[in-house]
Amino acid sequence: MSDKRTITLTVNGTTREADVEPRRLLSDVLREDLGLTGTHVGCEHGVCGACTVLIDDKPARACLTYAVQMEGHEITTIEAVGEETLSPLQQALHEEHGLQCGFCTPGIVMTFEAFLREMPDPSEAQVRDVLSGNLCRCTGYQNIVVAVLKAAAVMREKRP
Amino acid sequence: MKPASFDYHRPQTVEDALGLLARFGETAKPIAGGQSLGPMLNMRLARPRHLVDLNDLVELDFVRVVDGVLELGAMTRHQRVATSAEVRRAHPLLAAAAATIGHYPIRQRGTLGGSLVHADPAAQMPLIAVLANARIVIGGVGGMREIAACDFFQSVMTVDLRAGEIVTSVRFPVLAPNAGWGFRLFSRRHGDFAMVAVAATLALADDGRVADLKVAVGGVASVPFRIDLDASVFAGATPTASWIEEISAHVAERIAPEDNALVPAEYRRELTEALVRDGIKDALRNTQVEAA
Ligand SMILES: Cc1cc2nc3c(=O)[nH]c(=O)nc-3n(C[C@H](O)[C@H](O)[C@H](O)COP(=O)(O)OP(=O)(O)OC[C@H]3O[C@@H](n4cnc5c(N)ncnc54)[C@H](O)[C@@H]3O)c2cc1C
Ligand code: FES
Ligand code: FES
Repeated sequence: MSDKRTITLTVNGTTREADVEPRRLLSDVLREDLGLTGTHVGCEHGVCGACTVLIDDKPARACLTYAVQMEGHEITTIEAVGEETLSPLQQALHEEHGLQCGFCTPGIVMTFEAFLREMPDPSEAQVRDVLSGNLCRCTGYQNIVVAVLKAAAVMREKRP
Repeated sequence: MKPASFDYHRPQTVEDALGLLARFGETAKPIAGGQSLGPMLNMRLARPRHLVDLNDLVELDFVRVVDGVLELGAMTRHQRVATSAEVRRAHPLLAAAAATIGHYPIRQRGTLGGSLVHADPAAQMPLIAVLANARIVIGGVGGMREIAACDFFQSVMTVDLRAGEIVTSVRFPVLAPNAGWGFRLFSRRHGDFAMVAVAATLALADDGRVADLKVAVGGVASVPFRIDLDASVFAGATPTASWIEEISAHVAERIAPEDNALVPAEYRRELTEALVRDGIKDALRNTQVEAA
């Protein structure tokens, strides 16, 4: 009943195939079958945010999604962000010391890449509300808030 | 933490979904946003043999207002409930409460129907459904039925839904334009499930006296419930600070929270009193904004 099946996923604009059981988490398929280890795994129950990827441009927990559900949807992972040069958000995290060990960073980047598109000029309170979905054991969050606000300002300036 | 094996089904119509659920009976579970079921599957607290995915049922993702009723499809995501201009107009309290569910990525996936069926005693959507006297629309192979929210919630994570049935939509009577509302919750960390959550609506008569007041509390019993307010306490009163104190003390007396090691009953009671007080103040403030 839980035989493997071949599924076709669109990840970072590329079509990929994987042979998986329906119970396989999207986070595991990304990391283990497709070799995209930038998506991190912390808790596997939706709490830590480390596994956050974009599904059809919206942030979502890869650990609460079964890969088999994702046929016909577009997945974007951290590997697609800042391929050539760092994105404004990544640059700001770097400049503002918004990461230390970096374990939480892919999830934070994916969450805010999407959020800043929806909300280009967020208040500090809005940034803190969104950041509540990502646990970071190193930074104390303050510098992440500063970096997100800085990235938002940089991105607004770049807009025509 | 990996789920036990299951077979996966992806119906394209409500009819097909109901057919699959009827066929597999108790061995099947629908999956909506997966934001509550996912953790339960991963921890193997739930081990369905068949997972029926509702995510392709676009006909269950809608917001419409017809004849004074705001109807939302079961697959409407929390983010849409929180930000839709139509919901904010027809039921601003519902939108405000939805904006506090979990975290931003959770709200992108989690659905109204999933929240109601999951029925966490402290969850926002069940609380507002009970306060607002919403009606839950349920489909099954045998046909549709409709039930009042206060009858739908039976106990902790237990609702009046038979195997094979799904929630298809929820009907909220539109909030009267002159009604003020308040929504308050307390949790130790931002985005966690509330320890206590309170929702209130308040309408004033032309002379500034209280015409209607409704208060509901979540997190203090197995299901959220509306406080049956004694009309003599509020009807015709002038909404002064001392009247608000009286109402919040009255509500705190009417609840019987459970005592446990993490949260003593007395603490939950005091929290309820404080949240009711603040919720009614918010309601009063935004009736006056409306009136001005
Ligand atoms: C980190 C985190 C924090 C959270 N914080 C909160 C919070 O503060 N407040 C809150 O309310 N929730 C919170 N949640 C839960 C979230 O709101 C869920 O979205 C919601 O409880 C379930 O909705 P879902 O669409 O994800 O349903 P699912 O998880 O897919 O399903 C939940 C249950 O409902 C059933 N079901 C789903 N849809 C239907 C339907 N249409 N008909 C019949 N049965 C159905 C499923 O079979 C399952 O039993 C949190 C979740 C996480 C991971
Ligand atoms: S691993 Fe997915 S949220 Fe923690
Ligand atoms: S930088 Fe180490 S967990 Fe966030």
